[in-house]
Amino acid sequence: MKRAAVFATALLGAVALLTACGEKPQTNAEGVKHDAAPWSGTSNGTQKDGGGTAFTAPGWKPGDKAAWEAQLKTRAQGQNEYVRTQ
Amino acid sequence: MARMKFVCDAERCIECNGCVTACKNENEVPWGVNRRRVVTLNDGVPGEKSISVACMHCSDAPCMAVCPVQCFYRTEEGVVLHDKDVCIGCGYCSYACPFGAPQFPAQGTFGARGKMDKCTFCAGGPEANGSQAEFEKYGRNRLAEGKLPACAEMCSTKALLAGDGDVVADIFRTRVVHRGKGAEVWGWGTAYGSQQAGKPTNGNGVKQ
Repeated sequence: MKRAAVFATALLGAVALLTACGEKPQTNAEGVKHDAAPWSGTSNGTQKDGGGTAFTAPGWKPGDKAAWEAQLKTRAQGQNEYVRTQ
Repeated sequence: MARMKFVCDAERCIECNGCVTACKNENEVPWGVNRRRVVTLNDGVPGEKSISVACMHCSDAPCMAVCPVQCFYRTEEGVVLHDKDVCIGCGYCSYACPFGAPQFPAQGTFGARGKMDKCTFCAGGPEANGSQAEFEKYGRNRLAEGKLPACAEMCSTKALLAGDGDVVADIFRTRVVHRGKGAEVWGWGTAYGSQQAGKPTNGNGVKQ
């Protein structure tokens, strides 16, 4: 009986001491999240024409990579006044 | 594949700080953190030059190289982003960055350093695009809305250009070719006087 109690106490002590060994791995592979592609659009809400939000720029459909690239290319030309004034 | 870049035209920047304001407003950046700022060389001296500086989203990013927890990642569009859930706020990236882009919010009596914050090219972070969590940690995700960074789109003189590197380089090249250089710049002769000032131009826009 006494031996069983000592054994149980030792077992509980071992469990308590080894609890720290059970922490989650801290390597980078576990930690870093990668981003969703921007051409997939914003996830919250839906627009009437199918996808995006009220803030989504018109002229492209979220999910279409080619359309997104064309949209950004067109929008970037808005910075070029030599195009805008011709 | 696009590679997103910023270009700032020092000939055009008028140090209005519109880009800084646009960035702070769009991303609701806290006090003490400036993702973008305007640097002026020879301030107050005739001929001073200003340039708007933020994260340049380096193709070979030193911050990414020195981060001990590797919280940085590069998107398919070439935007350098980081995961604030992984960042430990050690500050190595701020020493490595030649542009002073990494910022650290300081809170509390002794200014305990928080997690690093920097320009995201208005591309948010690793949280879901357009989510509240993404906005609170990283700011707005304008790229996922088909827009360009607010700083560049807000720039009144279009000194700050943002977008695909090839596109902004073409815009800048066209601009330089049109305006010329030195005394060829439009308005130079009117302001400072030159032998060609006030004379008619030939068909190509060149003073006779």
